[in-house]
Amino acid sequence: MGRRIINRHPGKGSALFWGALPFLAVLALYVIFSALRLAENPNDKLLPAFSTIADTIIRLAFTADSRSGQILLWADTLSSLTRLGLGLLVSTLLGLLLGVGTGLIPYVRAGLSPFVAVLSLIPPMAVLPILFIVFGLDELSKVVLIVIGIAPFLVRDLAMRVEAIPTELVIKAQTLGAGTWQIIVRLVLPTVWPKLLDSVRLSLGPAWLFLISAEAIAAQDGLGYRIFLVRRYLAMDVILPYVAWITLLAFCMDWLLRAANRRFCPWLERGAS
Amino acid sequence: MSRVTVDNLWMEYGEQVVLERVSLEIPSGEFCALVGPSGCGKTTFLRLLLAMERPTKGSIRIDGQPLAREPGPDRGVVFQRYSAYAHLTVEENVVLGLEFARAPLLGRLFGAKKRQALDEVRATIDAVGLDHARTKYPAELSGGMQQRLSIAQALVRKPRILLMDEPFGALDPGTKAQMHDLVRQLWRAEKMTVFMVTHDIQEGFGLGTRVLAFDKVRHDPDAPEAYGATITLNLPLDDKPERAEIVHA
Repeated sequence: MGRRIINRHPGKGSALFWGALPFLAVLALYVIFSALRLAENPNDKLLPAFSTIADTIIRLAFTADSRSGQILLWADTLSSLTRLGLGLLVSTLLGLLLGVGTGLIPYVRAGLSPFVAVLSLIPPMAVLPILFIVFGLDELSKVVLIVIGIAPFLVRDLAMRVEAIPTELVIKAQTLGAGTWQIIVRLVLPTVWPKLLDSVRLSLGPAWLFLISAEAIAAQDGLGYRIFLVRRYLAMDVILPYVAWITLLAFCMDWLLRAANRRFCPWLERGAS
Repeated sequence: MSRVTVDNLWMEYGEQVVLERVSLEIPSGEFCALVGPSGCGKTTFLRLLLAMERPTKGSIRIDGQPLAREPGPDRGVVFQRYSAYAHLTVEENVVLGLEFARAPLLGRLFGAKKRQALDEVRATIDAVGLDHARTKYPAELSGGMQQRLSIAQALVRKPRILLMDEPFGALDPGTKAQMHDLVRQLWRAEKMTVFMVTHDIQEGFGLGTRVLAFDKVRHDPDAPEAYGATITLNLPLDDKPERAEIVHA
């Protein structure tokens, strides 16, 4: 008798094959349907051929735009990553500051915890108009949208992580003579650091969502701006590589954060438990 | 010197009385073993000594002075679990107490000062037999080694009182016996007053110079929470020669 399917594990090569299969399937489907549509109408824009996409990529990524004199893909990437990076940085700092405060210091918890809980329920997109009115249409409002979108989650998550530190460890530090600040820098921060990186990784998705939304509504450049700009011309040859590029960027950021975790927290890797 | 005086101590959580009428006079250097069934306030009593909580009534004094209102370096502690800091190596865990004392701002020493502090704790690490595991993380240590680390960590600040909450409860019998020898040695060397909660009566009598048994003496079948536990037996083990040597009334 064969083993149950729950007990059968793919080998290394086999896992690679099964992992690649969905990607290959999507690619194959795309190629087939693109060829079918183009055979019917050579001017079809919905599923452009790979050759068309490649031409567009060369135009966007390696030649200067005739109107602005910039290479569009890099200019867009730079503005988007700047906004995203600033938004993530500010959110992370807020998360650390307020999260550690809320989790560790009872008075801060009493003062902030209900407020942050309510704040986190406000749909960030609903306040976007307010941000545009208050902060204007340029960079600040986009960064603030990202911060409003993910900072409350980071604050609450970090606060929970800090509260989850066993009381015994905090008490022990006090019996070793540690003050509150020393407990924060030697116990709390190192303990929550890997969890903070994980939470930031989870926040990358929402952060991109808010970034692209804000860029779609009001911007002069940026990846989201470009996608929504060329949507009017059904320029799938631009949209598809842009989406793939954004995905790649998100993947790299995720990978970097994971690598940082391994690099800075050797104790997570060593030892059995 | 660290004489502990407990005067008519009560501890209540809401309606529930956990401890009642606890009065004690413990001479300096005494090794007290706290025994008794589960849920009889042994750990609560330890938490009160640690000032993790405040008693409902009564007072605790050390050498006549009221107990501080929060945990401090004069009272070291060894818990059963979560003993050491997972993100620090053995050496870093032990030197932590010195770093807290000498680096108020960062809680961390660097360079020559760090090396000097590490030299100072070397003897302590050797004493608990962790010299070969200096650069390991707690997760890489066995349960017994983790408890030894926790003890070394607690001893660095030279506490006058050492509180241990079932420190060897999770260890196998062989390791336990080794730990008993170690603790006895350290206690003789440092002459601390020790309070150790244990489920193991044999361990209590074997290690302690005084056995304190906690139990409920009053019962109300209609309101089981109405009465708390108290000390039913306060037995100094006078026949132990080491008691006369170390304990000062």
